[in-house]
Amino acid sequence: MTKTVLVADDEPNIVVSLEYLLERDGYSVKVARNGEEALAHIAQFHPDLILLDVMLPLRNGFEVCQKIRQTPEWQGIRIIMLTAKGRETEVSKGLALGADAYITKPFSTKELMAEVRRLLGDSG
Amino acid sequence: MLHETAIIAVAFAYLGILFAIAYYADERADAGRSVIASPYIYSLSLAVYATAWTFYGSVGRAASDGVGFLPIYIGPTLMIALWWVVMRKILRISKQNRITSLADFIASRYGKSALLGGLVTVIAVIGILPYISLQLKAVSNSFTILVQYPAIVMPGNAATLLIRQDTALWVALILAAFTIVFGTRHLDAAEHHQGMVAAIAFESLVKLLAFLAVGVFVTFGIYDGFGDLFGRVAAAPKLRAMLAPLEGAAGGYANWAWLTILSMMAIMFLPRQFQVAVIENLDEKHLNKAIWLFPLYMLAINVFVLPIAFGGLLRFPDGSVDADTFVLTLPMAEKHELLALLVFIGGLSAATGMVIVETIALSTMVCNDLVMPVLLRIRRLRLNERRDLTGLLLGIRRGAIVLILLLGYLYFKLAGEAYALVSIGLISFAAVAQFAPAMFGGIFWKGGTRTGALCGLLAGFAVWLYTLLLPALARSGWLPIGIVDDGPFGIELLRPLQLFGLTGLDEISHAMIWSMIANVGAYVIASLSVSPGADEHRQASLFVDVFRHSGEARGARFWRGTASVPDLYNLLARFLGTAAADAAFGQYANAKGLKWPDGQLVADAELVHYVEVQLAGAIGASSARIMVAAVVKEEALTLDEVREILDEASQVVAYSHRLEQKSRELETTSAELRAANERLTELDRLKDDFISTVTHELRTPLTSIRALSEILHDDPELDRRQRVKFLGIIIKESERLTRLINQVLDLAKIESGNAEWHSSELDLRELIEEAAAAVGPVIAEHRIALALRLPDRVPAITADRDRLMQVMLNLLSNAVKFCDREAGRITIALTRQPDALRIDVVDNGPGIRREDQELIFQKFRQVGDTLTEKPHGTGLGLPISRQIVQHFGGRLWVESGSGSGATFSFTMPLGSRTTGSVISAGDVNAAGVAP
Repeated sequence: MTKTVLVADDEPNIVVSLEYLLERDGYSVKVARNGEEALAHIAQFHPDLILLDVMLPLRNGFEVCQKIRQTPEWQGIRIIMLTAKGRETEVSKGLALGADAYITKPFSTKELMAEVRRLLGDSG
Repeated sequence: MLHETAIIAVAFAYLGILFAIAYYADERADAGRSVIASPYIYSLSLAVYATAWTFYGSVGRAASDGVGFLPIYIGPTLMIALWWVVMRKILRISKQNRITSLADFIASRYGKSALLGGLVTVIAVIGILPYISLQLKAVSNSFTILVQYPAIVMPGNAATLLIRQDTALWVALILAAFTIVFGTRHLDAAEHHQGMVAAIAFESLVKLLAFLAVGVFVTFGIYDGFGDLFGRVAAAPKLRAMLAPLEGAAGGYANWAWLTILSMMAIMFLPRQFQVAVIENLDEKHLNKAIWLFPLYMLAINVFVLPIAFGGLLRFPDGSVDADTFVLTLPMAEKHELLALLVFIGGLSAATGMVIVETIALSTMVCNDLVMPVLLRIRRLRLNERRDLTGLLLGIRRGAIVLILLLGYLYFKLAGEAYALVSIGLISFAAVAQFAPAMFGGIFWKGGTRTGALCGLLAGFAVWLYTLLLPALARSGWLPIGIVDDGPFGIELLRPLQLFGLTGLDEISHAMIWSMIANVGAYVIASLSVSPGADEHRQASLFVDVFRHSGEARGARFWRGTASVPDLYNLLARFLGTAAADAAFGQYANAKGLKWPDGQLVADAELVHYVEVQLAGAIGASSARIMVAAVVKEEALTLDEVREILDEASQVVAYSHRLEQKSRELETTSAELRAANERLTELDRLKDDFISTVTHELRTPLTSIRALSEILHDDPELDRRQRVKFLGIIIKESERLTRLINQVLDLAKIESGNAEWHSSELDLRELIEEAAAAVGPVIAEHRIALALRLPDRVPAITADRDRLMQVMLNLLSNAVKFCDREAGRITIALTRQPDALRIDVVDNGPGIRREDQELIFQKFRQVGDTLTEKPHGTGLGLPISRQIVQHFGGRLWVESGSGSGATFSFTMPLGSRTTGSVISAGDVNAAGVAP
């Protein structure tokens, strides 16, 4: 069964690259441009994994992450947080809130996709 | 029958019996079946309080003061009543801390201070010398008198006897040998001398029996009972006054009071009393019986004192016979040889009892608390490394015993003849009474400190020396008597017997008042002035709260360090011998359910403490501390840890109060500093924010560039359309990145004052027109209507052309971005003000909300942050523009109403630098100087 990945980022050009990478590896991609939209998409499409930018308008990435972890039926969703802010405190905060991984921009496409595959349990 | 040899033979036979009893008791003790574990034996051993002084001296005192001899026995009786509180506490403390002597107790309480222990020992030895000399005097005198039977002749001046006939010296030497054999055959960790205690108990019986025998003899043998005796006394005019209880004079009450108090101290603090009551005590429960048995003994031995005294006074009315000797001379006068011999043995018994116990106690103190601490500190001797020290310890004790007895003899020769027996004894009482403040303070007051004890003891002892010992020596001719009569250097106020003019008291009361004032005063003041150390806190709590603590395990927590089991074992073996060390370790292991020596023991705080306690039993607490510290690597406790352990609420509160106060003071003085710091921190934070935002802004385009580049690189088969699209994005993002970097650098340069400004004269009209031309294509593309409203002539201004152009372009591009989509209108207006030129850029866009109007001039802040549309631009345009305008002294601001467009305005001041020449189209007038 095809796995769904939600990309939540407000930078259109970054979305372009992520979309391409994910679709190339056979995932179904949904896009959200702000926090509220992200939560709405989660409720609607129930993705398996979400690439979550921290600096989202409306609701930032931390809030979204927390909300996901507080909702019982969404426990299975894997979360990879992305940010251009690479401070240690941010990383710890993210992981403490329940993110499964935390990747700083600019990222290596190889590493990102490896992480996605790992969290979704796909090999290769 | 009463020849010299017969008397000597009987005396030695008696001593032999004593020795046999002691030996037997010791053997039984070693086999574990103690004979003396009985409250009756314990109570009898306490009766060592009654010495030759009691035996002979009480009668002597009664003969001159009547009932005035009693206070010395009322005191102990009263004290025993208090024992339930005081003695029980002392016993418990001593057992828990393995106290081995009086000096050890005091030293231990005040932080295991070797100095204090040494001082107490010195005071005790010097103080007890008169007492010992008293015993020697009594024995030698009684021997001399008895030998001259049937004649009753008082002994002449002892100083004139030849050495060979100097009975007192012989007595001293024999007693020394006897004591050495008695008490120093081996070392016992707990300083128990069971044989000695058994012998003492026996002696108490003997002297009681002897005294009672004489009493009965005098009362019922010579006379016809109490009634007869007292009747005769009343009939004799000279003696009637004896029946009056008190002297009648005011001094009488005071003297009684002080004597009672003094003897109360004595029953506690005489080294021999402490030894038998505390150290030799085998069971705390024995105290219960002793509390009534001992007063009973006191009563029994005092019942016949007055009768004997009266009998003697009646029998020898002319005063030719010393009242001190009535006990002996009355049977002699009545030709009762056996009784006289029994009396002599009784007196000998009383004296030997005292001497043995007292010197053993003193020698223990000298060894443990005076000599050993000094020797251990002399590194050259390297005692730490000697394998077996038991020989050294015993040697020191034996030497001390001989020395003490010889000193006692010396005192006897120097000063013994000047006083009656009782007075000599009271001098010693007054000396040991100096221990009272430090002792009672030690067990009831946690505030008592080592400094306090030292000061108190020194002060009290000094006064004692001055008011009692000095006069005694002066009266015997060893110091000029003038010191006593007229005061030192003639200062009357400092007369030793009427210090500061206090008269009307007998010597002892006088000395006691002054010494107690000095002692207690110094103790309290010094304790309150100097804070104690961590050691003292710990010991104070252990002692004063002894009934609250659960036992020895508590002490183990006050230690931190590293040790090894073999080291500890060897240490113990060195002092107690391998057998005792094995036994001790075995006991410890058993308590933990382990086996010794299987090597399962852990060298933790508990074991170290246990070893230290065992060791203290042999060499005293302070020396044990030194030895253990040498073996283990000890770490100092921090004050926080001590506080934690002690949980002494008031101490903690006191400390925290002081800390609070300090911090409050610091707060008030550093308020301005904090404010300044806050301002700096804020600025720093802003800088951090700026940096982190810049970082973020830089990283964002980089992310796209990198990701798309990687995609293009990894997939050469990429579809052409995709490839073009991706490359386009890469280019755009690179441009964005470049713009951002430029602007950030620009802003940084302007803000830090590093920017270059090229000022020149310029015409704003021209500038505006140029700017309008530059944005022309964009304007046309968006079908925006652009209007220019410029006056015909404006004064020139001096400014940086490029920068002003930058500002214009920024404002224009914003206007283009935000003006109405369908029918965009932008107007540029230039107006002249009294001292400046003003430019307005108006658009007809949605306008800017009031709350955003200042926001947009902040770095990276753009209107529409929370909208779903990601705004274009860097967010740095306006801040840079503002900086530029401000650099030239102008203002940049916005006016806008929501929904009705926005007007950005800025002013350029007409400075004194302007030439004043007006440039206008077609006007050649050169007028108008700038105001």
